[in-house]
Amino acid sequence: MEDILKIGGKELSNRLFLGTGKFPSKNIIPQVIKSSETQVVTVAVRRVDLNGEQENILNYISKDCILMPNTSGARNAEEAVRIAQIARAAGCGNWIKIEVINDNKYLLPDNYETIKATEILAKKGFIVLPYVSPDLMVAKALVDAGAAAVMPLGAPIGSNRGLQTKELIRILIAEIDLPIIVDAGIGKPSQAAEAMEMGADAVLVNTAIATAEDAVKMAEAFNLAVKAGRLAYLAGPGAEQLYGEASSPLTDFLR
Amino acid sequence: MTFFDKVLEHEQFDLQQFWSTVTDEMVIKSLNKQSLSDKDFLILLAPKGAGYLENMAQKAHKLTIQNFGKVIFLYTPMYLSNYCVNRCAYCGFNVENKFLRKTLTLEEVEMEAQVISETGLKHILVLTGESRTHANLQYLLECGQILKKYFTSITIEIYPMETEEYKELVKAGVDSITIYQETYNRTRYDAVHLSGPKKDYGFRLEAAERAGNAGMRSINIGALLGLSDWRADAFLTGLHAKYLQDNFPGVEIGISLPRLRPHKGSFQPVSISEDRDLVQTMLAFRLFLPRVGITISTRESAQFRDNLMKLGVTKMSAGSSTEVGGHSQDNKSDGQFEISDNRSVAEVRAAILNKGYQPVLKDWQYL
Repeated sequence: MEDILKIGGKELSNRLFLGTGKFPSKNIIPQVIKSSETQVVTVAVRRVDLNGEQENILNYISKDCILMPNTSGARNAEEAVRIAQIARAAGCGNWIKIEVINDNKYLLPDNYETIKATEILAKKGFIVLPYVSPDLMVAKALVDAGAAAVMPLGAPIGSNRGLQTKELIRILIAEIDLPIIVDAGIGKPSQAAEAMEMGADAVLVNTAIATAEDAVKMAEAFNLAVKAGRLAYLAGPGAEQLYGEASSPLTDFLR
Repeated sequence: MTFFDKVLEHEQFDLQQFWSTVTDEMVIKSLNKQSLSDKDFLILLAPKGAGYLENMAQKAHKLTIQNFGKVIFLYTPMYLSNYCVNRCAYCGFNVENKFLRKTLTLEEVEMEAQVISETGLKHILVLTGESRTHANLQYLLECGQILKKYFTSITIEIYPMETEEYKELVKAGVDSITIYQETYNRTRYDAVHLSGPKKDYGFRLEAAERAGNAGMRSINIGALLGLSDWRADAFLTGLHAKYLQDNFPGVEIGISLPRLRPHKGSFQPVSISEDRDLVQTMLAFRLFLPRVGITISTRESAQFRDNLMKLGVTKMSAGSSTEVGGHSQDNKSDGQFEISDNRSVAEVRAAILNKGYQPVLKDWQYL
């Protein structure tokens, strides 16, 4: 049976989502999309320039991909809602990744405002994918607010520090019925594989691919890592144990 | 407490004496820290720090790419008016300088906007001299209405205003402000600002905070390096940026590094910031404040700007003119200062791509 990820009525066979900021040129993006085999691409609405043919990033994204505009630059729920509406009016579809950040030092998301924006936009018919700091109560509130998935950060955006929040993400995977997509902080393919192995439904990568010396090759590496991690998760890894089997069992007398 | 109190605190400290005690070990230790303190930043600005430019550059390059990606944001300045009531010893717009003064009519603003927008630029920086007679709040609000049709982000670089005035501008669509303190040294500030409202050091210094309180999205500061000791001004600029970052976490903070250049009246810098010095300053800023934007304008030469791209710059002007009407009129006025990089927007874009960076013309969306 094929392994399918369902979000907002769409069926995805690839579990690597791609961010488009930070690339050295827009011309490289189609090749990156191809080598990553991604089916979901996020773009910052603030960067979308509909007027210029050459400048319009949307012209570099394959029509086969699902476009997931993001609200980068929003400092509160109200701004996120306005940006989402601008994206929809510009013909970017009804998927929206909510990013509400009011902290330019660490770029940590404002969970409270994100929940508010999720509720408003879900009611307006958007497929809402909120980016949050991993927290069980927040994730539950997002479920109630109508989110289509939850996107917890592994580490601050662009930090390339991997799954620093691993234990909190593990709890979300166990307790939340929505797809859990690890977004931000993943700096290496091995870290993407680690997230997938523990049961994340997908990962979103931008900085690690965009700033690699060979972005096209790195995208391919991430694709393979995500697939390997997913396969390992489905295969069900054996239980880990710290010690080998004791040669002189302590409970032998119970036989 | 405002940043003014910080300035007073630092006046008690003998920076030059401290810099003379900085050793190689101190520089190496500071530059290798993951998170730099005020003191580490001070150490990197020391004369001893100049011996470690390559190490600093490698780290600054990585930090910049990690935080901003391989991109350079572009904008261009548009001068609305060169009327000015101040007598600033170093400035071409000095009220005593005799030259053609001009304020663009709204029709002319529209013409300038049209010509600039044809280059593809979406971010505009509008400037005026300090004259509330020739460029008052109402005029600026009306200009904002016109510019909004052509640009997605408007920055103002004008005389310091009250919080309420900034709020009006924010409402009209102005999202960013640039305001340079020129020099943080109060004695020197008083000496070069001979007369006019700009003599009020504190009112200018605290303009950035008022703009933050008024809801501006980004605040860009700087000192005119050369007006006073460049190291001391660089240090205070860094502390000012950090203060703003800490107190206005939702605001994007940027630093510019304008150097004093020749102009009418031939005012001479008292402390010359050479290319190596400017590089050291920029690298120290990046290591101290990894998330802060760094702007290099066309005051610097094309070749130098191209070489700076990998050292921490995030924003550059292109196709610049410092003349009122300079983008669309033949009959333009005299400029505020001389441009060194005269390349067109298309040429600067090509140079950026050539360096392995993406020129970004739009990074904000008027909401």
